[in-house]
Amino acid sequence: MNWKNEWKPFFLIAGIFLVFFYLPTGTVRLENALLEAVYLASWYAREHVIICLIPAFFIAGAISVFISQASVIKYLGPKTKRLIAYSVAAVSGSVLAVCSCTVLPLFSGIYKMGAGLGPATAFLYAGPAVNVLAIILTARVLGLELGIARAVGALSFSIIIGGIMHFIFRKEESEKAAAKMPAPAPHSKRTLGQNALYFFSMVLILIFANWGKPAETDGFWNLVYTSKWTITSAAAVLLGIILIAWFNIKWWKIFLVGTGTALSVLLFPDNPLFTFCTGTTGLIIIAATSKNETAEWLESSWGFAKQITPLLFYGVLAAGLCLGRPGHEGLIPSAWIQSLVGGNSISSNLFASVVGAFMYFATLTEVPILQGLMGNGMGKGPALALLLSGPALSLPNMLVIRSVLGTKKTFVFVLLVITMAAISGIIYGNFF
Amino acid sequence: MKIEILGTGCPKCSRLFENAKQAVLESNLEAEVLKVQDINEITNFGVMIIPALAVNGEVKSTGKLLSSDEIKKLLT
Repeated sequence: MNWKNEWKPFFLIAGIFLVFFYLPTGTVRLENALLEAVYLASWYAREHVIICLIPAFFIAGAISVFISQASVIKYLGPKTKRLIAYSVAAVSGSVLAVCSCTVLPLFSGIYKMGAGLGPATAFLYAGPAVNVLAIILTARVLGLELGIARAVGALSFSIIIGGIMHFIFRKEESEKAAAKMPAPAPHSKRTLGQNALYFFSMVLILIFANWGKPAETDGFWNLVYTSKWTITSAAAVLLGIILIAWFNIKWWKIFLVGTGTALSVLLFPDNPLFTFCTGTTGLIIIAATSKNETAEWLESSWGFAKQITPLLFYGVLAAGLCLGRPGHEGLIPSAWIQSLVGGNSISSNLFASVVGAFMYFATLTEVPILQGLMGNGMGKGPALALLLSGPALSLPNMLVIRSVLGTKKTFVFVLLVITMAAISGIIYGNFF
Repeated sequence: MKIEILGTGCPKCSRLFENAKQAVLESNLEAEVLKVQDINEITNFGVMIIPALAVNGEVKSTGKLLSSDEIKKLLT
């Protein structure tokens, strides 16, 4: 037998066997945990897929097709002014790093061919934390304030960490010869303003479809809440007009989908989700039957959906099994979590940021896991610490970074990330 | 002819690798298809967005999952 090839399936099968052999069947905790996994998955399916994940995939797909990555990278070249390079490096993660596997080549390229160590580490840190899908899901599931804190924390600390890295290793930096950057890419058919308006209409749909019910029953926020579907429809009409005017979509196609969607409102006036699905299905058919970049948009959105949805599904199941829904217990007792990461002490923040730094989170799975942890008593400060150190680093990630930067720089970077994440967790935990 | 697929092992990279093999098979070309997975080698190609495809050491496409038909056009 060729053990070199066979040991992986062997340990996989043996591992699954051992799990089921020692499964404590019949115990209340296990049965509750299994139910929790199913309930949590069902809650995600009902609350987050149709109006949150699906539009988010369309936005992510649009970003990867319609925003030229090369046009962003050109601001990270060796001749760019320092301040611009740092700010672009911090922000561009929202556009470039929708998939975690794209972060490392970009990081290596910025370091070796472009703006150097500072902006490269700024990008490496901020990229995974500020990508659109991550921010949208964090704000939706874990609350708006944590979503904003995550974005703001990642952006500001990325610049600080980049600056410190550059300062510590400034001697080695100046010796490095600047290699050539890849050629900038082709131009877009639309102006920047037209593209911006197109993204704006989709972001409006996403924001207002997800508008939560406010606590008070009158006033401005309640007015927004009661008219959320009207605003969403207006944004959808705007998107339709933009598609006809600038994306060469035939007007009668949009008109048919619009009419169909309006009809669905008349048929089921109390079921906005049904209407939302009708409109989305129409958009998919329009994109699939067109041959230009709109088809590419659909393909890329589907690419994200296909890549991320299964991971998220497993992540939700695992989080439900181990941690349960908020207010319920899974396999892991709440008391353990409270003693490790409860409250806002220095030790719980530090623990959260160290664990986050070494553990690997597949794209977006940090959200259900954190939701489970917070439901079991994790403090808000440690939660932010985990969000800030988690997606940016993992053990496999560190090994790749080491092959690019060398051991010393990688060690300093990891140390900086862990300390920064813990400190921002403590600060955030003190305020909220 | 040497075709290199640059990528760190993401799903898109392995699909591009399959498509390239398919394209070589269908167009009856003498060509070997290789994977380049080391990040420093990828950077030496001047590539920052993966997956990328290089023919005889020259980068032809970056950041796109080309279909086998598109690759055939690049090869001929």
